Amino acid sequence: MNFSVGDLFLILPELLVITAACVVLALDPVLHQSRKDGLVWLSLGTLAVCMGLTSSQIGVPTMIFSGLVVIDAYGAFWKLLLYFVTGLTILLSYSYLKEERLYFGEYYGFILLALCGMMVMVSAADLLTMYLGTELMSLSLYVMAGLKRTEPRSLEASAKYFVLGAFSSGILLYGISLLYGATGSTRLPQIAMAIASQGLSDPLLLFSTILLAVGFGFKLAVVPFHMWTPDVYQGAPTSVTAFMAVASKAASFGAFLRVFVEGLGGLKANWSATFLLLCIATLLIGNIVALVQTNVKRMLAYSSIAHAGYALIGVVAAGRIEHSSSIASVLLYLALYAFMTFGAFAIVAMLRKGGIEGEEIEDFTGLSKRHPMAALLMLIFMVSLAGLPPTAGFIGKLYIFRSAVEAGLTWLAALALIFAAISAYYYLRVVMVMYMREPTDHSETSPRLVMSPTLSIVLACAVAGVVVFGVYPNPLVNFTMQAVLTLK
Amino acid sequence: MAHLFFGYFAGMIAITSVLVVALRNPVYSALSLLVMFFHVAGLYVTLHAEFLAAVQVIVYAGAILVLYLFVVMLLNVKRDDRYHSQWRIAAFICIPLSIEFLVLLSGDFGAAHREPASLPVEPLASDNTLAIGQTLFSTYLFPFEVASLILLVAMVGAIVLAKRDISENEAKNMNRVSGAQ
Repeated sequence: MNFSVGDLFLILPELLVITAACVVLALDPVLHQSRKDGLVWLSLGTLAVCMGLTSSQIGVPTMIFSGLVVIDAYGAFWKLLLYFVTGLTILLSYSYLKEERLYFGEYYGFILLALCGMMVMVSAADLLTMYLGTELMSLSLYVMAGLKRTEPRSLEASAKYFVLGAFSSGILLYGISLLYGATGSTRLPQIAMAIASQGLSDPLLLFSTILLAVGFGFKLAVVPFHMWTPDVYQGAPTSVTAFMAVASKAASFGAFLRVFVEGLGGLKANWSATFLLLCIATLLIGNIVALVQTNVKRMLAYSSIAHAGYALIGVVAAGRIEHSSSIASVLLYLALYAFMTFGAFAIVAMLRKGGIEGEEIEDFTGLSKRHPMAALLMLIFMVSLAGLPPTAGFIGKLYIFRSAVEAGLTWLAALALIFAAISAYYYLRVVMVMYMREPTDHSETSPRLVMSPTLSIVLACAVAGVVVFGVYPNPLVNFTMQAVLTLK
Repeated sequence: MAHLFFGYFAGMIAITSVLVVALRNPVYSALSLLVMFFHVAGLYVTLHAEFLAAVQVIVYAGAILVLYLFVVMLLNVKRDDRYHSQWRIAAFICIPLSIEFLVLLSGDFGAAHREPASLPVEPLASDNTLAIGQTLFSTYLFPFEVASLILLVAMVGAIVLAKRDISENEAKNMNRVSGAQ
């Protein structure tokens, strides 16, 4: 089996992203400081071209590179989401890095390489290829987490992320190797065929499924594999945190769903029970621990853990019934989650208190007086994260809960609803601090928001997503339905 | 003959592995680790996996072990005063592992029952380095290239994280820019 030149055309988006990353890495040392903005626009332009190319690829699934990679609507959905989030990250970083005095041209190269890893993850039809994509993404993120080199917290985040990430990769790889031993292939269609033909009697299959679940659990940050998340999210530069919380989670979910639905679909009953436990634990720990956080970044970290729990409800439901609508609800949830979480992190990133980031919840005191617009946006993001109508967060939860009820898991939906009510407390506390509390000091050190044109674009995109999809989600819902149809 | 070689290599691997943890001087430990790596490579040769043997020597003995030795020498850990008894942890890890090993060996649990023939492995008469190279650059070209990107990220990342005084140099540059304007 060999590859043809046609295969190269189908991975043109990946090739373009890599080329752009290499150009950025190569030009950064030679370009004069004043011209380095060009690298930002180059990266953004590449993403725009890729967006066009990928949206033209939503069609018949095509296997390329001897069945290692598949180009289909499912992959295209995640890729489009990832381009969008990466574009927002680059725009946010542009002003954030200036504010933090981090002049790293390599930063944009790493973002693009991480994006390439994510693209490989979501379009891989082979476990090894997917694993390599995961590694490419993770390695870039480890470096990006430690970019604030003068700050010990950032280095700690990087080191912690690296050690735990390497550990989880090892577990994932062990699972892959056992699965290869049990089924004789690393390609998802062949694995599915082997499972269908030899049945579920092999305990090796079960064991490798558990190892894969643990490995992905680390990447998705679900309880009990979430320990790294708060420290890493808090320590990393905020633009990187936003990227990790949204893009890396989306890509991990993309690969995770493809592996478990397409490859291990025959073991549904088994993994559904496992994920039910993980899901309940995640909802519980994520929401309860978020209650006591005083740091916004940590609070959002626990909130992102909790949101992974909500998304897992859809996965559990997919294991119970005919899966396509439940999987579609997971896709929808993560797409909507991307808008609101990114918006919230963007505001946190640009809130400054005497030269450093104002990331305590206290720092939001009286924001409505100083920056009414920013406070209003933060209000919208928080309300959406809490899942109140008429925002995107509500739509996401609605579809997730509906799929749970359809799967006969009404009690799980009710439980998740209770946790959503609990989560409203810590989200609305930020709102309360912004609107109800008078600022105590009016000195120079009081937190202020650094506005810039790029930040305005980021916030406008995020809030548009939250509001528009909150009122009129149909296009996105249809797209997710279309995307999951290609997932066998 | 094959049994003889296997016995020799397996025995030496067992002995040197014990020496790695039993010797008190870290340099001696590292050296016995080196001997162990060579014997593992020898084991691969008896299995007609000469590519794996070469990789074993080049990567483990050549690169990783040298890294160990560097760390050992730079940190200058000589004596055993910083070791303390860890038999509880050792027992905690060893007992489940031994049980797992016995369960796997003793039958019902799959691995020992699996007939080797059920997984088609054709012994290659010819050069397996050639075969691996051909597969790597045709069927597995895509993941191979992704792996090369991973190496790129690792290299650039290590430079970025370890480079000295980025902020000061860049700040100087910035000053120069603003001065020129």
